[in-house]
Amino acid sequence: MKILARLSTLLTALLLSAAALAATPEDRLAEVYASVEANRLDEALGRIDALLHDYPNFRLAHLVRGDLLLARARPLETFGNVVKTVPQEKIEGLRAEALARLRGKRERPADDDAPRTVLQLNASQKHVLLIDSRRSRLYVFANEDGRARYVADYYVTLGKNGIDKTREGDQKTPVGVYHVTANLPRSKLTDFYGAGAFPINYPNEWDRRRGRNGHGIWLHGVPSDVYSRAPRASDGCIVLANADLQSVAPMLQVGLTPVIIADEIEWSDARSVEAERRSLAAAIEQWRADWQSRDTERYLAHYSKRFSSDKQDYAAWAAHKRGVNAGKRWIEVGVADVAMFRYPREGDFVMVTFEQAYRSDSLKNTMQKRQYWIREDGAWKIVYEGAA
Amino acid sequence: MRLLTTLLAVVLCTTLPARADDLDEASKLLKAGQRDQALERVNRVLAQKKDDPKARFLKGVILTEQGNTKEAIDTFTKLTQDYPNLPEPYNNLAVIYAGQGQYEKARAALEQSIRTHPSYATAYENLGDVYAKLASQAYDKALQLDKSNTGAQNKLSLVRDLVGGPTAVAAVKPEPVKPEPPVAAEKPPVTAAVENPAAQPQNTNTSADVLKAVNAWAQAWSKKDADAYLAFYAKDFKTPGSEAREQWEKTRRERIAAPKSISVAVEQPKVTMQGTDQASVSFRQSYRSDKLKSSSRKTLVMTRAEGRWLIREENSK
Repeated sequence: MKILARLSTLLTALLLSAAALAATPEDRLAEVYASVEANRLDEALGRIDALLHDYPNFRLAHLVRGDLLLARARPLETFGNVVKTVPQEKIEGLRAEALARLRGKRERPADDDAPRTVLQLNASQKHVLLIDSRRSRLYVFANEDGRARYVADYYVTLGKNGIDKTREGDQKTPVGVYHVTANLPRSKLTDFYGAGAFPINYPNEWDRRRGRNGHGIWLHGVPSDVYSRAPRASDGCIVLANADLQSVAPMLQVGLTPVIIADEIEWSDARSVEAERRSLAAAIEQWRADWQSRDTERYLAHYSKRFSSDKQDYAAWAAHKRGVNAGKRWIEVGVADVAMFRYPREGDFVMVTFEQAYRSDSLKNTMQKRQYWIREDGAWKIVYEGAA
Repeated sequence: MRLLTTLLAVVLCTTLPARADDLDEASKLLKAGQRDQALERVNRVLAQKKDDPKARFLKGVILTEQGNTKEAIDTFTKLTQDYPNLPEPYNNLAVIYAGQGQYEKARAALEQSIRTHPSYATAYENLGDVYAKLASQAYDKALQLDKSNTGAQNKLSLVRDLVGGPTAVAAVKPEPVKPEPPVAAEKPPVTAAVENPAAQPQNTNTSADVLKAVNAWAQAWSKKDADAYLAFYAKDFKTPGSEAREQWEKTRRERIAAPKSISVAVEQPKVTMQGTDQASVSFRQSYRSDKLKSSSRKTLVMTRAEGRWLIREENSK
């Protein structure tokens, strides 16, 4: 009996220490807040000391520790009650980080919440990243039969001047649908980028069409002397704590993993998302069938008058297609591996990517195609088409 | 941070009058700034009775004031080992550590001091200062500021008297002076002439006015009336550590506002007139709140301005 009891104590201790190991610094900070809320200030100080022992560069934790210590000397007037005269933006940055982390922890998506933007993932895309700028949060979703299943979320730093990048050097993070284009290991980077970097394809077709420029928007880590940075501190990049970047990195596939950056993630439910996916999938299927039928006018009816490709506007595109289709005796079009993402800030506007297998009596060609579909007067129309 | 300077293990005092005289002498020499002579006296006492806690404590104080930090730490540390129930040696160790910028060590020593003597006001005050320092260091790390300010002047108080821990206090039959009942704020103050027959003859009316002011000050404090309390401080009041007046007032207001109730009594006051417009009043201040109970010696230097007696200096021992 005695031995059993000791064993169970040992096991409990092991489990507890394993739990402590698994808890992220953010979880542990949340526990500190919980102690403060319960007015157990000694426990709070003990927890923050332990956290800082493990993460000595966690500046926000130092700020909280300062408050917990100062509270023993005098009543606090504010969060981050720094007495000295210091640059206010530094304290504000930490306060904003505290708030963002707290909100991030408390406002976890519910089990049946589905991000409205992810209409469909293709079979190769194992994960999708969604960035909620207002919450300074990156959400990772796994691909479950084409739909998004929540996996994890992390605090992120975005551009100093916020989001919706338009110009080179505006220190903003773009808003839109992108994907990871490379994996730059730590060994090829300076310390500034921390544990690694994953560039994304800003500016994409839609950005370029709107005359947006700039380049070098990356997901990356932080320098070794900090644990994290303020919510608005980068030149436009998406910055994660090194440990968080390392957790996300194995899920990223170069050329595949979508990175969607929005003001806020719009949560919906699986059924509504599926309804929207079906309505667009039906339009795409009709477009495919009409193209194959060689009824060029019906095919062209799927294109908006505002359409343009990289080189042609609607009129030029229509003239070109009429010419090409007239010379064909038969056409076969296959559409596979479809991915669809609603585009942030654009209303009923969806970026669609798929593999297009085109065969005719004179040509055989398979390509990755990108289209942007918009709903005009209740009907889905194509406003952009090109190679992905 | 206040360093505690007198270990008044009175029991020992009364049983060993000769030794007590030597120690008193040493204490006086120290106050007069004659540290070397003071050390000599204390060493003389220790030569006869090498374990005497009061003498060892005083030696620690003298060493501290001489800047002989290493030996001072050694002296106080050994006292804490031999007399773990005395709060003062811990307090003074903390003052020395804080002076070296070792705030975590200072904190540990002060917490120990309070553990031995939970109502030890000086240690609480010092601990408050140490926490403020530690907070400041934490903020510096949070904001990545350089540490140029660390080691700036400490407000911690070195205790000069070994008053004794709970055990000593329980055993104490107070000083030869007859214990006076606390002068409650409402009661007419006992005149200085009665209290201090040795003092030079002085204008009793004037010293009565001074005492009246001191009692009114204690009363305002007891009523938690911060405005009235602060009105007793002269414009040229020397704030502790030359803190900005505004900041000092703010801290005082916070300290007065914090407890639910406060009671301050002025006991055994002695007024010494220095001319007609200046006086110094020494007394035992008995402070009691819902959070803290303490008793300490205090001296107020009072000055007469526009017909009112106001506080120009406030010194606690």
